[in-house]
Amino acid sequence: MAECHPVGFQWVMEAKARGAKIVHVDPRFTRTSAMADVHVPIRAGSDIAFLGALVNHILTRALDFREYVVAYTNAAAIVTEDFQDTEELDGLFSGFDPESNSYSAHTWRYEGAEAAAAAGQRDPSQTGAEEMAAAGKAAREGGQPETAGSGGPSVPGKPERDETLQHPRCVYQILKRHFARYTPEMVEQVCGISREQFAEVADILTTNSGRERTAAFCYAVGWTQHSVGVQNIRTAAILQQLLGNMGRPGGGIMALRGHASIQGSTDIPTLYNLLPGYIPMPHAHQHQDLESFVAADAGTTGYWGNMAAYTVSLLKSYWGDAASADNDFCFDYLPRLTGDHSTYPTVLAQLEGTCKGYFVVGENPAVGSANGKMQRLGMANLEWLVVRDFTMIESATFWKDGPEIETGELRTEDIGTEVFFLPAASHVEKDGSFTNTQRMLQWHYKAVEPPGDCQSELKFYHELGKRIRAKLAGSNDERDRPVLDLTWDYPEHGPDREPSAEAVLREINGTGPDGAALSSYTALADDGSTACGCWIYCGVFADELNQAARRKPGREQSWVAPEWGWAWPSNRRILYNRASADPDGRPWSERKAYVWWDADAGTWTGHDVPDFVADRPPDYVPPDGARGPDAIGGQDAFIMQSDGKAWLYAPIGLADGPLPTHYEPPESILENPLYGTQHSPARGRIVHPANPLNPDQSEVYPYVFTSYRLTEHHTAGGMTRTLPYLSELQPEMFCEVSPRLAAERGLVNGGWATIVTNRTAIEARVLVTERVRTLRVGDRKVEQVGLPYHWGVNGITVGDSSNDLVHVTLDPNSHIQGKVGTCDIRPGRRPTGPALLEYVEGYRRRAGIASEA
Amino acid sequence: MSNALYGPVPNVAEQAGYQDPPPRMGFFTDTSVCIGCKACEVACKEWNLVPDDGGPLTGMSYDNTGALGANTWRHVAFIEQQVPARQAVDLGMPGIGAPGAQTAAEPGQDADIRWLMASDVCKHCTHAACLDVCPTGALFRTEFGTVVVQEDICNGCGYCVVACPYGVIDQRKDDGRVFKCTLCYDRIGDGLEPACAKACPTDSIQYGELDVLRARADARLAELRADGEAGARLYGNDPDDGVGGTGAFFLLLDEPEVYGLPPDPVVTTRNLPQIWQRTAMAAGALVVLGVASFLGRRS
Amino acid sequence: MNDRTFLDLWPVVRQLRSGDLLGRGEAAKSGPTRRLTPRTATADQVVKSVCPYCAVGCGQTVYVKDGAVVQIEGDPDSPVSRGRLCPKGSASKQLVTSPNRVTKVRYRRPHSTEWEDLDLDTAIDMIADRVIDTRARTWVWEEDGKRVRRTMGIASLGGATLDNEENYLMKKLYTALGAVQIENQARI
Repeated sequence: MAECHPVGFQWVMEAKARGAKIVHVDPRFTRTSAMADVHVPIRAGSDIAFLGALVNHILTRALDFREYVVAYTNAAAIVTEDFQDTEELDGLFSGFDPESNSYSAHTWRYEGAEAAAAAGQRDPSQTGAEEMAAAGKAAREGGQPETAGSGGPSVPGKPERDETLQHPRCVYQILKRHFARYTPEMVEQVCGISREQFAEVADILTTNSGRERTAAFCYAVGWTQHSVGVQNIRTAAILQQLLGNMGRPGGGIMALRGHASIQGSTDIPTLYNLLPGYIPMPHAHQHQDLESFVAADAGTTGYWGNMAAYTVSLLKSYWGDAASADNDFCFDYLPRLTGDHSTYPTVLAQLEGTCKGYFVVGENPAVGSANGKMQRLGMANLEWLVVRDFTMIESATFWKDGPEIETGELRTEDIGTEVFFLPAASHVEKDGSFTNTQRMLQWHYKAVEPPGDCQSELKFYHELGKRIRAKLAGSNDERDRPVLDLTWDYPEHGPDREPSAEAVLREINGTGPDGAALSSYTALADDGSTACGCWIYCGVFADELNQAARRKPGREQSWVAPEWGWAWPSNRRILYNRASADPDGRPWSERKAYVWWDADAGTWTGHDVPDFVADRPPDYVPPDGARGPDAIGGQDAFIMQSDGKAWLYAPIGLADGPLPTHYEPPESILENPLYGTQHSPARGRIVHPANPLNPDQSEVYPYVFTSYRLTEHHTAGGMTRTLPYLSELQPEMFCEVSPRLAAERGLVNGGWATIVTNRTAIEARVLVTERVRTLRVGDRKVEQVGLPYHWGVNGITVGDSSNDLVHVTLDPNSHIQGKVGTCDIRPGRRPTGPALLEYVEGYRRRAGIASEA
Repeated sequence: MSNALYGPVPNVAEQAGYQDPPPRMGFFTDTSVCIGCKACEVACKEWNLVPDDGGPLTGMSYDNTGALGANTWRHVAFIEQQVPARQAVDLGMPGIGAPGAQTAAEPGQDADIRWLMASDVCKHCTHAACLDVCPTGALFRTEFGTVVVQEDICNGCGYCVVACPYGVIDQRKDDGRVFKCTLCYDRIGDGLEPACAKACPTDSIQYGELDVLRARADARLAELRADGEAGARLYGNDPDDGVGGTGAFFLLLDEPEVYGLPPDPVVTTRNLPQIWQRTAMAAGALVVLGVASFLGRRS
Repeated sequence: MNDRTFLDLWPVVRQLRSGDLLGRGEAAKSGPTRRLTPRTATADQVVKSVCPYCAVGCGQTVYVKDGAVVQIEGDPDSPVSRGRLCPKGSASKQLVTSPNRVTKVRYRRPHSTEWEDLDLDTAIDMIADRVIDTRARTWVWEEDGKRVRRTMGIASLGGATLDNEENYLMKKLYTALGAVQIENQARI
């Protein structure tokens, strides 16, 4: 966090100054570790074993916050007897289809409540197992798990429960059995973390949780960028639920995201599987019309029950008057998904030639995405490419000076891609909002005009849309109706006719029947009387004021500072904060009071906007058959979950299992000590000659590598390696190795090294440092090679890209690639030109290359 | 004027001729909370329009800046150390040296790692040798007690470069003049804080009245010592030291040499009066000899 | 200041008059030094912004003079950042004023070895044509008997560095065009 979010880290230092204990788990000792009380070096990719052992520690010693667990989690829920755990199937859950490499969640469901899959799937009680498997696969591929991005997937009704947690098939007992072998001894075998250090961390965590104290987890891509990324985070979620830390001040799990508005670009997504507000993109096989689209959520507890209102309001934002009840509000105008259309399959489509045109906007996949060669070969096969950025990034110049030009794999004259480079306006040259990693929108103002041809994306896309509509005007082709019926008329100002960003934000916020800006998503209707571009952002323009532009100084506010910016939803700063009070609505302790029930006023109140139905008392019991928000009981703290509880066990919604399970990374030096199933069975595979895997436990690739950021640089380098003041701070690409590895391979501090995988080989300067520990994993000594990933061929400081080494295997829920692999490392610079290809081919031969499906 | 060149000085601005100067301002750099991000280096260069002066990777941990100079007015040092694993009794006796140079301890058993990070800067000494030797008056003492080079006066003679006991001030190669930290004289004159102090994410660099900073530093030191940091110490806070105490002082977690700082700096102009006396005596002796040699000549 | 005489300005005289006999302080101040003003005070405009690098979202204050950015530093009002900035945020002025920034459209013909100039207006028009043409050639109404109503011929990558309003227009336009392979850094 000190490396990648230094200014955010000041708050960790404040907590430390007040006596908090800081534990840093990371393969390397970084600048964060330097400030931590404990650094835990870990073998990259083994986090579930470590966190799972903490779960086991808590369960076997009954250190869980029992009152919280019983009241607010699904610990008491009973699971169907069809369910079989990884303990019974040597690493598999029940419901796995080896032909499609996917699970059906049918056998994971609660007893007494048939679980439907995510939004819009048919009721599984009426389908056979085969259809369910197909639907499961389709759902997984269609990115359905992510549609639960702001709440859980649907489970109609509420499950049967055993409040004593003794029933053998209650979640609590299943959890115990699942993690029973995740012991401190196993952690030594898997992670390379000593028993003593494990005990120290377990002690710190458990003694700082409970009524009086809370513990927080902060994570970034060290958890997400794995084939088991989502399950990594799930394990932390299980811990935090057991310890009663969710929804409480100083508790919870903080996702430290990496870009100025990556949260915004996930909420209002330029993502294939989502519409704004985590409404799913419709799937061809499940969503033929609006009714089927919203059907699965109709019976749900909680605010997802209003899916129809959110969807119709979005359609009205897009198509305005053209959208009416008669035409399903133009639902049919939406293109449909048929599978996984995320970025890596899209690259495959480019390699195949089916994807012909590409916009690359403020991103640099040639350096920033996994398997750089695949990215560049894909772009070399396009008909046209549009790149928008500040400087000549590698993704714009691959045809001229990319690594494949150097090796001769590509020849400039043979590349037929037409390339447009359009210079972009910087953040001080346009108005707009960013959403930071705390879900907070902040407005930035235009300070100066953009130079020359530079323009904002707002201007470019507005202009592009206008021109396309003008060129298609008068078309009778039904295909063009969505474009021509689009509401695309934003007020423009200034000599450059810049569209009004505030007008767009207002559309995102939503308007009511009278055309006035709405204040809350509870006002959204499904009859076409409201429009809203993103229901979770509804309220950002309440009272016709740009709430994201609020800048009341922090020193004039409470420690929550709610009048700076605007957070979704409804300016709540901590989600699920109902859980900061006990079942009776009283804070768990005065020290940790955050939100509580005021019986006299008949409302919830506190330091933040209560994340609950404002006037619903803690003892409220919903009537039978209640739906949507009406079904939320007074103790259903997790209001976006369809059964109102936090899920220790996830009966539905995840592609790879209801519980996290340790699997080895797709390339590993070890055999999985826990199960006969070596790798995550449902992992997303990208099969292509340019993406060959290293074989496991290979002598040819005996080391582990992983990649990370440095504080001096930013992502793929376009915004830092082009600046002298930052380039001079970290002027060269380097690798970090332990002294033992250096001795083993003859590497010298300050010298050069070549790092090799089956994909390619790169070179880097060498830093020999004790900060990279030789790990004792079982009876083996494991060496890890650390690689910053910022470098590419363009800029002031140039170097090889570590992402050229990375193999593409995807988490099946998020479709995010992993960043752990195996490699060899040798002293000296790499061969250049065609000799590089021969060098890599030599390694592949020795590794006995076989591309694994 | 007592202690004009050496020894404690209660009000250094008054000594420099200011009537009723504001309180002495300075930096307290608490290296125990430095996260080594180098925001200070960049913020300083951006504000002061200091040119980039980077070179290749140094191999010195994450320090590619190397040292203070004409084009680096804040420099973050990185020192990787192996320290004995935390035990019941903390000996607090770390070693020094290059990474891996010591006998390799069993990882996680006998040795822990410590990574010291520290942002170095011009000390703005109470007795500033650079200031004392400057023949043109380019270097001068501000009303805030800081030491600043006036770029419009400096003639590039370089006397100050060899005078500084810390090796801070230096000449810019393509320019000839000398440059160093101004403690953002223009900013503090307008009630703002220096660029580095403002940017520092963890408030390792603190700006304020020197008295207040010294008191704060004493409290911080006591806190660290109570926490078992036996090696923690203040550097430059003592008015009785060889430069009369510094306007920019530090909290270090180890000996100054570990950070590349001189352990006992003395202002090089300390003996200036004596030097002039001896010079005068020597000159006088030469005159006497000269006269005597002429007097004794036969006509 | 204007009524100061030569005697007032001559450092030697000031040295003798003031207590600064060694000429190390007040007496040595030059004219430019006396007139020193931080450019934060002389800016035409002060504009509030947010750092464009990571997701902490530190507040920034942007100082403008004669239509150009002269300083970017932290906004002390922000409860998140309290006026602090990391090295990247601190380099924001260099980011937006860098001579390495491309300010003219660059165009590469298929199979060409070099970039060429291209007028911005023409470029946008050409892009619009290609979008329409590619979409028409790759349009699919149905797949496996199910309505898909889309083009798999056009993809987009990027958004995490852009404003919410920009992402909104992008997704809106792409969706209306039937393009579904729309992705950004959140997927990486």
